[in-house]
Amino acid sequence: MSMKPDASPIAYDRADARVRADTGLAGAARAFLDRIRSGDLGILPVVVGLILISVVFSTLNPVFLLPNNLVNLLFDAAAVGFISLGIVLILLLGEIDLSVGSMSGLASALVGVLWVNMGVPLPLAILAALSAGAAMGAVYATLLNRFTMPSFVSTLSGLLALLGMQLYILGPTGSINLPYSSFLVRFGQILIMPDWMSYGLALVPGLGILWFGFRQMRARAAANLSHASASVVLVKAGAVTLLLEGAVAYLNLGRGVPFMFVVFVLCVAAMQYALTRTKWGRSMFAVGGNIEAARRAGIKVKRIRLTAFMLGSSLAALGGVFSAARLATASQQAGTGDVNLNAIAAAVIGGTSLFGGRGSAWAALLGVLVIQSISNGLTLLNLSSSLRYMITGAVLAIAVIIDSLARQSRASHGRA
Amino acid sequence: MAVNDASLAPAREPILRLRGITKTFGAVSALSDIDLDVHAGEVVALVGDNGAGKSTLIKILAGVFQPTSGTIEFMGRPASIDSPSAALTLGISTVFQDLSLCENLDVVANLFLGQELSPWALDEVQMEVRAWQLLGELAARIPSVREPIASLSGGQRQTVAIARSLLLEPKIVMLDEPTAALGVAQTAEVLNLIERLRDRGYGVILISHNMDNVRAVSDRIAVLRLGRNNGTFTRDATREQIVAAIMGADDNVAARRDAIERTRAQQ
Repeated sequence: MSMKPDASPIAYDRADARVRADTGLAGAARAFLDRIRSGDLGILPVVVGLILISVVFSTLNPVFLLPNNLVNLLFDAAAVGFISLGIVLILLLGEIDLSVGSMSGLASALVGVLWVNMGVPLPLAILAALSAGAAMGAVYATLLNRFTMPSFVSTLSGLLALLGMQLYILGPTGSINLPYSSFLVRFGQILIMPDWMSYGLALVPGLGILWFGFRQMRARAAANLSHASASVVLVKAGAVTLLLEGAVAYLNLGRGVPFMFVVFVLCVAAMQYALTRTKWGRSMFAVGGNIEAARRAGIKVKRIRLTAFMLGSSLAALGGVFSAARLATASQQAGTGDVNLNAIAAAVIGGTSLFGGRGSAWAALLGVLVIQSISNGLTLLNLSSSLRYMITGAVLAIAVIIDSLARQSRASHGRA
Repeated sequence: MAVNDASLAPAREPILRLRGITKTFGAVSALSDIDLDVHAGEVVALVGDNGAGKSTLIKILAGVFQPTSGTIEFMGRPASIDSPSAALTLGISTVFQDLSLCENLDVVANLFLGQELSPWALDEVQMEVRAWQLLGELAARIPSVREPIASLSGGQRQTVAIARSLLLEPKIVMLDEPTAALGVAQTAEVLNLIERLRDRGYGVILISHNMDNVRAVSDRIAVLRLGRNNGTFTRDATREQIVAAIMGADDNVAARRDAIERTRAQQ
């Protein structure tokens, strides 16, 4: 691709002599290295983590990297992933929701009781579970907005209250089996995309990068702003397409790409759009970054909190429904144990800061892949849950350490 | 010397008229019975010692605090400024002393915070162009608008904050210590800017401790002392007169110091 000089004199954002003009592929690479060096790690820790995990577990047990095991892993990842996606929203505000595990458990119990025991149609039962999530989120937000009750405390009490509610509605039998022939359970266990559809879908992100990349290039050029060169867009789109098609081809050697995981990825993409390209998303980052500045800018901070907590808890409820589908049961154990920690750890490992104002929806996707890989690998090694808990805890600690080290480095390099 | 507010102000109807504004925090009354008028195309300086109530008054006009009693009239109509967004929609924008910028967002995002173009599909290109234009009007020296605020110096942040206040084309711009963190050239730029705002018909409320800046650009200088009005001056008033009003007496530590320095300068 030839680089013809800009027709206009100097782009607005290249007028200052102190700015290094990064152009073309080399420029993009240099800018990327600069970012990493200053502590803006992006998805690098996740990629390194995934490679490390794959190497370690596949040497210990070659089954780990077999296509069918990875398909199972994706099925599991979708359920926790939804919970983690909700957590990202809460963490962006610099708040926390410790009750997402209990919320997901209550949601699965609600679906079991309403649908199986009481004969309510499935969509209505799921809607009821999601509404319960939204209501609980509204309660947390109100406690925070009205009584300035720290979300740490309100959600900690919510954790217990929701667990109690879950046990109460399940009653003495303690678990409800969901019918195997139902759509929900087939969705959670066996529904796989046909090959042609998965290959086709894997093309979409690349095409999207091309379409939006070139559209943005034209718009910026028209407005006399600097823009990425066509070669960067092409290379990016090519790399993404190659990676996705490769992954799909590998998964198709086994059972194929689970529908449930695709639904999760679509939700992540939608959330990423909402966070980066809408006023609501910008307000979320502003409230997480400097709440007083956000308030003075006219952002309705209380409303932002309300939407974040309601969406967060609803997503936790949806994750609960999905994991009930995955396990074909609504039980007293649903949502207990390490579900809470895994969801929060996934968000943090993916690069969402615990201190607010930094993160992305992709964090939930990437983080949950890391967390599920670890838990899947440890299960393959036949390790007891005691050891699994300890190892997962250590991984979370490492993720938080990397986060705060990167934060210090960013501060010293003048990046928030 | 101090004169009646009404005789000094232009005959036109003021944009903003405060009458009897009082604000108490528990037993402490930060402001009592404050009157203030601001006209279009006029720079009103608000001066006073620390704790005189300047910032409290600014925050009331910005919608951060609600007055305990008193009336606010905007464009001849009674107005209640019960939230920061109400102040903005009314046409009062504020540059706070602590700047109120989000360090994790870039310059463009900060400039347009709360006022983003096309809320459901942010128009980053138009916002960036407008950002460069606004900064250009201020002759700002900011290398890149796509860097987070955390990477900017204090002076650059002040410039971003001032540019931000102009985005909504307000009627009144309030500047709380706008030059406190600025270098010589940037201070001059900001003073020029204040005059440009006045020439374009904005009302400007300026808070500053720097008497030279205040007297250089203000049409009227309103003095607050211990939460009360303590006189209004024109820019012709001497430094001593203003300082006396700020300190509450002709004989005070600042006046004595000024006198000593004057004697020294004459020798």
